[in-house]
Amino acid sequence: MTYITKPQLHHPALAKNALGYTRRDYEGRVSTLCAGCGHDSISAAIIQAVYELELPPHRIAKLSGIGCSSKTPDYFLGHSHGFNTVHGRMPSVLTGANLANRDLIYLGVSGDGDSASIGLGQFAHAMRRGVNMLYIVENNGVYGLTKGQFSATSDKGSKSKRGVVNHDAGIDLVSMALTLGATFVARSFSGDKDQLTPLIRAGLMHQGAAFIDCLSPCVQFNNHAGSTKSFDYVREHNEAVNRLDVITPRAPIHVDYAPGETVQVAQHDGSVLSLHKLAELYDPSDRAAALGFLQAKQALGEIVTGLLYIDPSAGDLHEALNTVETPLNALAEPELVPGAAALEAINASLR
Amino acid sequence: MPEQLKPRVNDFVVKFANVNGSGSASANGLFARAILRMGVPVAARNIFPSNIQGLPTWYEVRVTEEGHLGRRGGVDLMVAMNPQTWDRDVAEIEAGGVLFYDSTKPLPASKFRDDVAVVGVPLTAMCNARYQVARERQLFKNTVYVGALAALLGIERKVVEELLAEDFAGRQRLIDANIEALGLGFDYVREQLKPLKLQVRRADKVGERIYVEGNAAAALGAVYGGATVCAWYPITPSTSLAEAFTGYCQQLRTDPETGQARYAIIQGEDEIASIGIVVGAGWNGARAFTATSGPGVSLMTEFIGLSYFAEIPAVIFDVQRGGPSTGMPTRTQQADILAAAYASHGDTKHPLLLPCDPGECFEMGALAFDLADRLQTTIFVMLDLDIGMNEWLTEPFKWDDARRLDRGKVMTAQELEAGRDFGRYLDVDGDGIPYRTYPGTHPSLGAYFTRGTSRNPYARYSEEGSVYVGNMERLLRKFETAKALVPAPILRKARRKTPDGVLYFGSTTAAMQEALDALEGQGRHLDAMRVRGFPFADEVYAFIAAHERVFLVEQNRDAQLKTLIVTEGGVDPAKLVSVLHYDGTPITARFIAGEIATLISVAPVIEAAE
Repeated sequence: MTYITKPQLHHPALAKNALGYTRRDYEGRVSTLCAGCGHDSISAAIIQAVYELELPPHRIAKLSGIGCSSKTPDYFLGHSHGFNTVHGRMPSVLTGANLANRDLIYLGVSGDGDSASIGLGQFAHAMRRGVNMLYIVENNGVYGLTKGQFSATSDKGSKSKRGVVNHDAGIDLVSMALTLGATFVARSFSGDKDQLTPLIRAGLMHQGAAFIDCLSPCVQFNNHAGSTKSFDYVREHNEAVNRLDVITPRAPIHVDYAPGETVQVAQHDGSVLSLHKLAELYDPSDRAAALGFLQAKQALGEIVTGLLYIDPSAGDLHEALNTVETPLNALAEPELVPGAAALEAINASLR
Repeated sequence: MPEQLKPRVNDFVVKFANVNGSGSASANGLFARAILRMGVPVAARNIFPSNIQGLPTWYEVRVTEEGHLGRRGGVDLMVAMNPQTWDRDVAEIEAGGVLFYDSTKPLPASKFRDDVAVVGVPLTAMCNARYQVARERQLFKNTVYVGALAALLGIERKVVEELLAEDFAGRQRLIDANIEALGLGFDYVREQLKPLKLQVRRADKVGERIYVEGNAAAALGAVYGGATVCAWYPITPSTSLAEAFTGYCQQLRTDPETGQARYAIIQGEDEIASIGIVVGAGWNGARAFTATSGPGVSLMTEFIGLSYFAEIPAVIFDVQRGGPSTGMPTRTQQADILAAAYASHGDTKHPLLLPCDPGECFEMGALAFDLADRLQTTIFVMLDLDIGMNEWLTEPFKWDDARRLDRGKVMTAQELEAGRDFGRYLDVDGDGIPYRTYPGTHPSLGAYFTRGTSRNPYARYSEEGSVYVGNMERLLRKFETAKALVPAPILRKARRKTPDGVLYFGSTTAAMQEALDALEGQGRHLDAMRVRGFPFADEVYAFIAAHERVFLVEQNRDAQLKTLIVTEGGVDPAKLVSVLHYDGTPITARFIAGEIATLISVAPVIEAAE
């Protein structure tokens, strides 16, 4: 709980990244979520990813909506500004923040209620605008904070803890993101940190709208038999199409997959994604094929995970708006205020 | 039919009755501007439907050498171009007035009035004879009637021709075609008819003033106020504000070397997203705004509350109209006062700026951004359709190049480094305003997690009751600070000592000034105070205290400003006598003077005290 404070002292032997930060420097406050919650594993993966990327923590802005998932930004990156916004409206706030300062890295954290129900519209429009961000949905198929109602990502026919069968079709945010023009689309599982951490790294580096749908079982309300979002169900039905390594110029990683099984994708910022194929023939650069593959596997009850689509040369909203390189929040009077002479010319044109 | 009763020079009302989408708007605007160019002030208003083509639309031009910019009421010359509305248009003409119509088709005598002079010009026949293409016949008909009216009213032909040349600069073919059409109408009148007794005569009463819409002025104010992020959703009557901002930014905020934009404008998917973008940008240190109307404010209220509690600068231009969403989108009202002042859940209130004309839309439009940063909250600029979408004669915009943007209390990396205590919600100066940091300021100091409430002055999580109360009381101190920062009220003293006062605000101002003059002419003296901001200055309450009876003129049904004044200041409601106008048309001097005169005469006790 929040009255427990974390010890500030670090073991002197803790490993540091190139910026001199330890992994602990990327942590936040003590989580108030339930013991065993999948969301805490995602927070840990975020901490690990940012540590490995050697990002200065204050150059990240973390934004969330409302719900269990949206509480988590308090539990990682304690030196980053965070904003717990309005239910379902994180995407618009993140969009505005991004417009104000294009130099920060934006991490949006949301849940399935926040993004697929109340916030479906904002989710969609942030994707189609190409806001440069990593948007993670911590997807557990259930409303945790209000104690166990179905969310819009609950699969049709899945059973609630009280035994109610869901009669509404589930919303697949991955398919939506693909349709709406997101340029980095992945799915992962909070129980598979090895898969998730590199995806977060790659998503943070992506220049455009990056989306990760991360299945994250709710141990309290959605981890029973009959649920399609339980730990057991996801483990049994997980169909990973690839494994990812992110190679940044600063932190080269040696990859030892056999030749032919690995695809290298260079991103705008100079990082290289090394994709190890697990599913033969899966091509993450083909949006239409990705959609078809997802639909086919979904019909079989399988949960496709991995990097499902990437456009490494994607542009973002700032590119579309042709905004100046200087962050808008750093422009001062000379760049902003046209002055009295310009005003006099306008007056003259209005007579 | 009798001639109109008495000659009138530079003091009459012309109303054009047209069909929406027929191209009449630019011709009517040309008519008004020609009179302005002759040095005679005009007050022109569109009265239009929520429709693109086919429904009735009117344009009213008050020619007023005296410079009365409010709506007068009544019509002296009706330009009846819409058969659909003929009967009501004819009925609206003042006795002794003039009816101008297209006389191509004969109309029965029953369609006219005995007490109104009739001037017929066969516009359709003239256009059919001259033009072959149907669209040309329709469009040029408008220019032809402007030519005819110019000749009838003594508007100088050359002035109209100059305006046409300016409007179509670079497109000589259009200039020539319009000048020809103008001549058709002008020459017809010269040859066949005689001038009316309503006459425009060259004067020198316009001076340096400019002629501009409030929405454009407010948009320009936003440019000068340093706004860089605009997010908006189309809604009448605010749309032209965002569009004008776009135009001014392209003109004034494009980097001359790179061609890149020093601004970002997003057409949101709705009003919720629009205000969300504004709040996100404000949180991150950019000056941001949205433009909307009442229905949009309703949708934005959750975010407005967040802005209040999390203390994030935002500016909302609310161009008010009649309610509700499926209500009277193209009619004017001052009916969002309470919705804006108390927008959102929980205990919230927000500063309002109340401009009276485009000149103040510019000033307050720029000021709003300083206030939003200084007070770290949402500032509303309350326009209405009458100010926003009509062109008004107003003093030229002014800017002092020595003026600096007030970015408010922002703690820098250097100050944090030097060990300055940073509590995001800590009242260090006693004015209720805390310091903030922009995200990304310092590697290890000054970061905080932004929430509505549930946090202590250092932004750490807390649900303690006493912490909540402490924060809420600080927010009240901040609101008290706002009192001195919003524009001060303006007092107009009566010539004689009087127990009566009147309070008014916004687009009522011009009509109010004229009504006060008229009332004074009747021997009814009132001190008048124009309210320009909320929270209300102490002077407003002193004014009420200093009078036995105070009229409060508003353009809404429920006396919303009165409610706000009574609630916020503990005034006896019986002392405030409401004068309310809310049919969707702009309030008139005649209405105000008539209502107040009646109210005064039916209250003998106070009369006796005079």
